Amino acid sequence: MKPAPFTYHDPTSAAEAVALLGAHEDAKLLAGGQSLMPMLNMRFVVADHVIDLNGVEGLAGINNTGDALEIGAMTRQRDLMRDPAVAAKAPIMPEALEWVGHFQTRNRGTIGGSLCHLDPAAELPCLMAAYDAVLTVEGPDGAREVPFTEWPLAYMIPNLGPDELLTKVTVPTWAGGHGYGFSEFARRHGDFAIVAVAALLEIDGGNISRAAISVGGADVKPIRLEEAESALAGQAAGPDAFKAAGEVARQIDAMSDTYVTSAYRQRLAATLVERALDKAAQRAGGSA
Amino acid sequence: MADTRDIELTVNGESRSATVETRTSLGDFLRQALGLTGTHLGCEHGVCGACTVLVDGEAVRSCLMLAVQAKGREVTTVEGLSNPDGTLHPLQDAFWRNHGLQCGFCTPGMLTSLAAFLEENPDPSEREVREAISGNICRCTGYQGIVDAALDAAKTMREG
Ligand code: FES
Ligand code: FES
Repeated sequence: MKPAPFTYHDPTSAAEAVALLGAHEDAKLLAGGQSLMPMLNMRFVVADHVIDLNGVEGLAGINNTGDALEIGAMTRQRDLMRDPAVAAKAPIMPEALEWVGHFQTRNRGTIGGSLCHLDPAAELPCLMAAYDAVLTVEGPDGAREVPFTEWPLAYMIPNLGPDELLTKVTVPTWAGGHGYGFSEFARRHGDFAIVAVAALLEIDGGNISRAAISVGGADVKPIRLEEAESALAGQAAGPDAFKAAGEVARQIDAMSDTYVTSAYRQRLAATLVERALDKAAQRAGGSA
Repeated sequence: MADTRDIELTVNGESRSATVETRTSLGDFLRQALGLTGTHLGCEHGVCGACTVLVDGEAVRSCLMLAVQAKGREVTTVEGLSNPDGTLHPLQDAFWRNHGLQCGFCTPGMLTSLAAFLEENPDPSEREVREAISGNICRCTGYQGIVDAALDAAKTMREG
C-alpha cells in the first residue's frame, strides 16, 4: 500500500510541466491526487516519474467573462463550491459538487483532475457535457481547444496526448434565471453515481425554449439526450414533457456490471431525468 | 537510489524539517518520521477518513497527499487539537461525554474533520453533521454517539 519508487518533479509553469512530460517516458501528472494517489498507493499505477502540478502558476482560478466561466484546471472542487460567480452563473455546479466524494476530498480534488481521470460515473464530466464546455490543452506545439463532445475517446481515456496538459475549462453560462437540476442515485453518499443526471432549462412564458440533459454513469462516457432536448423545445414545461424525456433516457444502451444491470440503469436514468427536469422547471425564474 | 527532498513545515505549531523520500505520504511521514501516531491510516486509498489532518486549516486525507507536498504548509494533527495546557478541545470533551468512541481507530479523523467542519458551520443540523462525517468510517459506534458529540460540541463552542 505504498507507491513504488518514482522521481518527483515540481514544475512552476505549464511550459515546464509540458517539457518534463516530453523529456520523460512513463510520467504521470499529479493534480489533487484524489484518484491518482490511491492508484499509486495500491500500485494499480506504477510510474517512473510523477509531475506535481500543485506548484504550477496560473492553473487555478475562476474568471467570469460574462458569458462564460473560465476555470483553471487546478481549481479545487471546494473552491468551485464557494465561488460567488459560480453560484450566480452556474448554480448547478455547487449542487452537483455536493455529490463529489466528501468535503475532505473536495479540499484537494480539482476539476481538471476529474475531467482527465474521466470516470464514467463522475459528476464533473457529466456537468461539462451538459454545458458543452471547451477544454484547453497545452502541448509542445502550443495550445488547442477541445469541445467536450470530443474529450472522451473511450472508457476513461481523454483526448489528451502523452505530452499534453489540460490547463483550462471554459463553461459557457446560461441566461440569468435559467432552471437547473442535478439528480443522482448512489448506494452511499460520496460514492460514484450509479446514474447521475444534469438538466438545464430556459423557460419562456411557460414554454421551454432551451434544454440540455446529460446522463452520467449509464455508459462509458456522459451522454447528452439530444433527441429529448429538441423534443422539449417549444413544449409546455410539465410532467408530460418530462416523462417523454425520461423515456428517451430509458433507451440508452446502458452498461451492466457486477452490482447493477443495464435494465436497472435504464430505469434509473428515466426516473432521474424526470426528477432533474422537474427540479429545473421549478427553479426557472418567472415561469412554470 | 531513493528520490528524496528536504522539507520544512509547521506541525501543531512547531516548525519541523526533515529529509523525506518523495513517495512517502504525509500520513506516514507524520507517524514514522515525527512519531505523531495519533493520525491513523486505515485504508490508504482515501476511503476510510481515519488519516484526516488539517493542512492550512482544511481537512484533507493524509494518505492522499505526499509529505513533500506539505512543504511550507501548516499541518494540524489530532495531537494539536487540545490546548497547550493539556485541556481538551470541546470536541474531544464532547466525544468523551457522549460515548463518541469505542476502539478509537476512527476518532482522530472524526475529530479533525469535525473541527474543520464546525469552524465553517458553527450551528449545524444533525443531517449536516452526518453528511460531514459521511467520508469517515466507524466500525464500532454506529455513529449515534459521534453525532451527539458533534452537536454537543457545536453548542459548547457557540456559547463560548
Ligand atoms: S487511510 Fe486515508 S482515507 Fe483511509
Ligand atoms: S470507534 Fe472504533 S472505528 Fe470508530
